[in-house]
Amino acid sequence: MKIGTPKEVFETEARVAMTPDSAWQLQKLGYDCVIEAGAGARAGFTDAAYKEAGVEVVKTAAALWKAAEIVAKVRPPSDAEIKRLTKGKLLISFFYPGQNEKLMEAANKKGAHVIAMDMVPRISRAQKMDALSSMANIAGYRAVIEAGNNFGRFFTGQVTAAGKVPPAKVLVVGAGVAGLAAIGTSTSLGAITYAFDVRPEVAEQIESMGAEFVFLEFEESELQDGAATGGYAAPSSPEFQAKQLEKFRELAPDIDIVITTALIPGRPAPKLWTKDMVEMMKPGSVVVDLAAERGGNCDLTVMDEKIVSDNGVTIIGYTDFPSRMAAQSSTLYSTNIRHMMTDLTPEKDGKVVHNMEDDVIRGATATFEGEITFPPPPPKVAAIAAQKPKEKSKELTPEEVRAQEVTAFKAQTKQQVTLLAIGAALVLSVGLVAPASFMQHFIVFVLSVFIGFQVIWNVAHSLHTPLMAVTNAISSIIILGALIQIGSSSVLITILAAAGVFMASVNIFGGFLVTRRMLAMFQKS
Amino acid sequence: MDFGFTIAAYAVAAVLFILSLGGLSGQESAKRAVWYGIAGMAIAVVATMVGPGQGLWLASIVLIALGAAVGYQLATKVQMTQMPELVAIMHSLVGLAAVFVGFNADIMINTVAGIYEANSLVFGAVGPDGYTAIGLPKEISDGLSSFGQLIAKKSNVEINILKVELVLGIWIGAVTFTGSVIAYGKLAGKVDTSAKQLPGGHMLNAAAALGSLLLAAMYLGDSGSWTLVLLTLLALFIGYHLIMGIGGADMPVVVSMLNSYSGWAAAAIGFSLGNDLLIVVGALVGSSGAILSYIMCKAMNRSFISVILGGFGGTSGPQMAVEGEQVAIDAEGVAVALNEAESIIIIPGYGMAVAQAQQSVSELVRKLRAKGKTVRFAIHPVAGRLPGHMNVLLAEAKVPYDIVLEMDEINDDFPDTDVAIVIGSNDIVNPAAQEDPNSPIAGMPVLECWKAKQVFVSKRGQGTGYSGIENPLFFKENTRMFYGDAKASLDNLLPKID
Repeated sequence: MKIGTPKEVFETEARVAMTPDSAWQLQKLGYDCVIEAGAGARAGFTDAAYKEAGVEVVKTAAALWKAAEIVAKVRPPSDAEIKRLTKGKLLISFFYPGQNEKLMEAANKKGAHVIAMDMVPRISRAQKMDALSSMANIAGYRAVIEAGNNFGRFFTGQVTAAGKVPPAKVLVVGAGVAGLAAIGTSTSLGAITYAFDVRPEVAEQIESMGAEFVFLEFEESELQDGAATGGYAAPSSPEFQAKQLEKFRELAPDIDIVITTALIPGRPAPKLWTKDMVEMMKPGSVVVDLAAERGGNCDLTVMDEKIVSDNGVTIIGYTDFPSRMAAQSSTLYSTNIRHMMTDLTPEKDGKVVHNMEDDVIRGATATFEGEITFPPPPPKVAAIAAQKPKEKSKELTPEEVRAQEVTAFKAQTKQQVTLLAIGAALVLSVGLVAPASFMQHFIVFVLSVFIGFQVIWNVAHSLHTPLMAVTNAISSIIILGALIQIGSSSVLITILAAAGVFMASVNIFGGFLVTRRMLAMFQKS
Repeated sequence: MDFGFTIAAYAVAAVLFILSLGGLSGQESAKRAVWYGIAGMAIAVVATMVGPGQGLWLASIVLIALGAAVGYQLATKVQMTQMPELVAIMHSLVGLAAVFVGFNADIMINTVAGIYEANSLVFGAVGPDGYTAIGLPKEISDGLSSFGQLIAKKSNVEINILKVELVLGIWIGAVTFTGSVIAYGKLAGKVDTSAKQLPGGHMLNAAAALGSLLLAAMYLGDSGSWTLVLLTLLALFIGYHLIMGIGGADMPVVVSMLNSYSGWAAAAIGFSLGNDLLIVVGALVGSSGAILSYIMCKAMNRSFISVILGGFGGTSGPQMAVEGEQVAIDAEGVAVALNEAESIIIIPGYGMAVAQAQQSVSELVRKLRAKGKTVRFAIHPVAGRLPGHMNVLLAEAKVPYDIVLEMDEINDDFPDTDVAIVIGSNDIVNPAAQEDPNSPIAGMPVLECWKAKQVFVSKRGQGTGYSGIENPLFFKENTRMFYGDAKASLDNLLPKID
């Protein structure tokens, strides 16, 4: 079958759904690839590069739509593109079926199958085709770069001969994929980064990226468990929101750059950075609103535009961050598409098997065989393991620590005394029945066991093998017994003793030599 | 020279042995400690040979020289990966020697009893004070060897104690002998390493032990030496069957346990010969083995009994299903991650020993360290087939010992680590031990490598570890599987590190 990628018709879209690299991989799956001339130009992929990768380049979009049985693109199809769909054609792109019902119906009427890349369920197996995440990653990075572009100072603090430069303070709201990418970029540029999220379980992730989690004092039961909603945030209670805004107000005067990424699936973006917060910020500060497409997290955000507030705060509401890094985003997106095709082509024979039993494929399919299959049923496997109840590890007061130490000490003493008492009783009871000549040896034995225990505990863990070799060597002290007996008048005794001497001496020499060999190998760096 | 000198020499030797074991607390002092041990052994042997009643000097020296030659061959030829086998087979020698010496003691008792009878005296009769034995007339006694004289001087009670001791010595020695041979077979791959038992299982062991007890009682009741022979056979069977029932991964515990047994056997023989040095050294070795076994068991969070009885304990419920998939990666990908990483922790396991990959690991470490990266090793107490097995292998490959750390020292450092590389270990890095209360290994302390930013697992295939448990680590999002023979994969990787 043929996979084709047309040039994106949306005006500012620079991405392309197929790169020469991905085309190469698709051909390995048994597909033929076609591309519209100039489709990759804005992402830096020339027609020549495609040709070299074995892709057929066709002149017009019409020819491409005709030739390809599978069409992979980035943006949802335009009305004109929908008209080009025919029965049985498979369209793979971002589709947003929740918002684009009309488009979906139109595609269905045409009898086309639609796989919406934005509907890929969030399960481990499907991560490789999770285009939302890969695009969000780029958006997060780019948001910091855009902010830096509009911010008149360094990110990192410096002490120079020309004066001291304070580091920039960045607040990232919403620690999803985009948020975490932004945190990573901003910390690596040297800014002091704070991050906030309504899901407390991401605190660890935030801290792992080097940012400080903005902690909100709140009753635990009120906090959300992101696992229940497939890893996305859910709307929070009004009390929580109030508390959250209060915290932001407290932070606003200090923050130089705010990057908001808060989105709740299927709802307008929550308003988190209000007008008064912008007014509190210093002139020259920057707000980058990654939620602009859904109304924005900031009150002042204007979609697709950069505005400057009355007090000199730049507010960026671009929605095309991934497209602004078209080469990178095309590479990642085309890889997501390629992984999707791999799952659709189990036999690697260039034939699509649209398996509606498969959680991932079922979840992403919007229309199939003349039926609208959106919304999909919940996936069979839960996306993320439910959060375990947090164990309460309170900070112990010094008194409590002290008390614990005392009880531990007491327990230890008790144990030791018990053991001693038992041991002493045993020894004494042996002494009651055994003759004195035995007891002389017995005392030696008991003391030796005791010394053994004391000494061996101190042996370094890494020397356990040499220890075994040494103890093995010295356990052949049994040779003494054989040596004493070897001079006996009985022939049988002599023979057995001789065998004993021989075996024990093998052990003595073998054991010590091998120990020396081992120890000689241990070297300090 | 007289008896007093021998005892004095034994005292010196005993002190040297204690110093020798104590010196193993550090790598540097250990080198000196071995010399103490050697000196102690030399003093003990020489003192015994020049001591009273020693005959057949020449034969003894020849035998020792022969033994030395064989021992030298063994010790210099052995590969470091074969250490466990060597240690195990050497234990069997000690066990067998103990059995022989014990039998000799029994023969000597019979001989002495014969002499008493021939002179129509009562063996073991006590004098007027109630506990000192009357003994033989001087002229007959002088005709006996020193060991014979020692026995001839014993009273009835002492003879019985002597018999108890030698029964113990023989029994433990015999168990040690067959046990060590089987352990050797398992470690060397000559015997199937899975836990196998004859029908009847532990009941058979219990019956054999009971039988031994019965025979021992009969022996003490003067039923004759045949009971002793039968008892030895039963003990040999127990040693065989006990170790056959223990799986390959529990070998560290088994080897140190056998080590301990060989010590107790020596101590028991020491009692019967009235030789304090034997008792001292036997006790030292016995307690050392016992402690090592204890440490191993603790590291696996299992009781000593359950290891000896073989197999992992039963599960209390369904195990957590593992979700996700194992994502493979090639040498290229690993190399990129390693070149970027700042801190790296390597977790070796038995698989590294099997693939003989320690040299490649060392080379990798050398390269990474030359680039200024922090590279460390995390060693789980039960990694490998012998306590401290990994340390020895890494030392052989010239990995400096100060970057080889124990579990407790390094476990907290994983969250700050960029890359963790797991080479041929499985159960000791299984997160199920902490996350799944129904897992058979629940509660076992494990290396928390999954907390590192990225984990690479070098593994031959998708199989499970010794315990047969699925390892959720392999399915974690930050885990990549680096399939293939450990040595081949690493050699593949080496040129790509720049």
